[in-house]
Amino acid sequence: MVVCLLMRGRILESLKRVNQKPPRLSAQRSSAGLKQRLRNYFALHFHVLTTTLAQLGRSLAGNLMTIMVIGISLALPATLHVFLSKVDSLGASWQQSAQVSLFLKASLPAQALSGLTTELNSWPEIGSLEYISPEQALDEFKQTSGLGDALALLDQNPLPGVIVVSPALAHQTSAAVESLLQRLRQRPEVDLAQLDLEWLQRLYGLIALAERAVLLLGGLLALAVLFVIGNTIRLAIQSRHDEIEVIKLIGGSDAFVRRPFLYNGMWFGLFGGLLAWLLVNVLLINLDESVRQLAELYGSDFSLGLVDIRTTLLLLLLGPLLGLLGAWLATGRHLRAVEPS
Amino acid sequence: MIQFSNVSKRYANGYEALKDVSFQVNKAEMVFLTGHSGAGKSTLLKMIPLIERPSVGNITIDGKPLAQVKRRKIPALRRDIGIIFQDSKLLNDRTVFDNVALPLLVSGEHHPREVGRRVRAALDKVGLLQRENDFPVHLSGGEHQRVGIARAVVNRPKVLIADEPTGNLDPTLSHEIMFLFEQFNQVGVTVLIASHDLELIGAMNKRIMAIRNGRLLADEGAHSGVA
Repeated sequence: MVVCLLMRGRILESLKRVNQKPPRLSAQRSSAGLKQRLRNYFALHFHVLTTTLAQLGRSLAGNLMTIMVIGISLALPATLHVFLSKVDSLGASWQQSAQVSLFLKASLPAQALSGLTTELNSWPEIGSLEYISPEQALDEFKQTSGLGDALALLDQNPLPGVIVVSPALAHQTSAAVESLLQRLRQRPEVDLAQLDLEWLQRLYGLIALAERAVLLLGGLLALAVLFVIGNTIRLAIQSRHDEIEVIKLIGGSDAFVRRPFLYNGMWFGLFGGLLAWLLVNVLLINLDESVRQLAELYGSDFSLGLVDIRTTLLLLLLGPLLGLLGAWLATGRHLRAVEPS
Repeated sequence: MIQFSNVSKRYANGYEALKDVSFQVNKAEMVFLTGHSGAGKSTLLKMIPLIERPSVGNITIDGKPLAQVKRRKIPALRRDIGIIFQDSKLLNDRTVFDNVALPLLVSGEHHPREVGRRVRAALDKVGLLQRENDFPVHLSGGEHQRVGIARAVVNRPKVLIADEPTGNLDPTLSHEIMFLFEQFNQVGVTVLIASHDLELIGAMNKRIMAIRNGRLLADEGAHSGVA
């Protein structure tokens, strides 16, 4: 805050290094060059940066409430986002095992079948083929379905031949698989071409919907953070009314008066973001054990892990940015109102 | 240096604080402004750093008409004017040193680590070099006022204005403070001091302007202080 502008210890210490010349006051004022002014400007910014931080540390108990509110507000959408992106990446790993089953027409001659397999083998999109004859399919069905006795009563095999197509590694994206599927469907030998993981696309649709909901929720909570910080800064301005007045009286510009409040808002946002990051990690670690057990039941080694780098960066950038913006809004409205009288 | 031409000030509630005031203070002159409380001394002084603007009339400082100073340029104007208040207006949560350094930081012309020499020069001038690490609560009334003066002069302004700077002080301390102002005046600073203590300012042998009910009454010893 404004107070902190001023240099406590830091400057006093540095002063001791300044050699003392006999003091002399003249009416002449020195005016500094551009380079010097820039240097002073950045030094002043750094000075405000450190002093506002020290200020925050001194009154940590009071400020902790604000930081908690910011942290929790940011943690909620961040947790949902991390969770969804984990599920999303899980889906992507399943996508890689996407296979297309080609159910062939029942009356397909052997020649046409070998012609088809030879041609499909030459397509670059296709990694491997596996032919399952109607007999093999029936055998497998008998073993796994438990309907063996009933099937024995059939006078002819009702199952068609099936070619299981695995796309080549480079063609496993959702769009490439889709276009491959379309091409395969147009083959006259094929009765039905089915992507095994169509349910996955429905899941993707759901995830996209949920992501959008999280985005909206996140937007609302970011707005809440903005107002919380704005209100905190407004109160700070009120409690430093006299000080702002004095600084304006001795020629402090609007920017000079505003600066410590902006840095203060930035610190609130940064610590709020850090707290949110911590909270999300604590939540993930707590949930991880249960998720792992659940995944094991499905034969997966899926685990939640920790917050990814992108989300971490987002929290640590968005926090200070919201803080700065909130403080800016508050100072814009309330600092002008403080004028010496 | 300071010129008022037919300046009047009427507040929104209709109260007329200043009526057709005209005077001139020359460069390096020291002038006292006297009158009862409520006569308009404070209003007049407040117009110089544009804390108030006149309703009618013109003010120029160092040849520059204040009517042309836009809101954004007011801080720059105030940096050229040292202001001293009756209640000294120190910031109580900062040391004496930090209080005096504030105008230097505000100006942006000084590196925060390099203000020490000038702050100490100003503190030495008012005799408080040994108290730089103290907080204002530990200072006496006279010391408070001297820190206020050090803060006003640390930026080497061309003009010093003071509103009842000795209002809270006993006669001995008041004389010391006035002597300080005289010293600054001797190195070329234009000084304008409002005070109702006629005995004190009479002893200073400077030009005295009297104000009553918003009108300038007498201007004794005008131009006697021209350097």
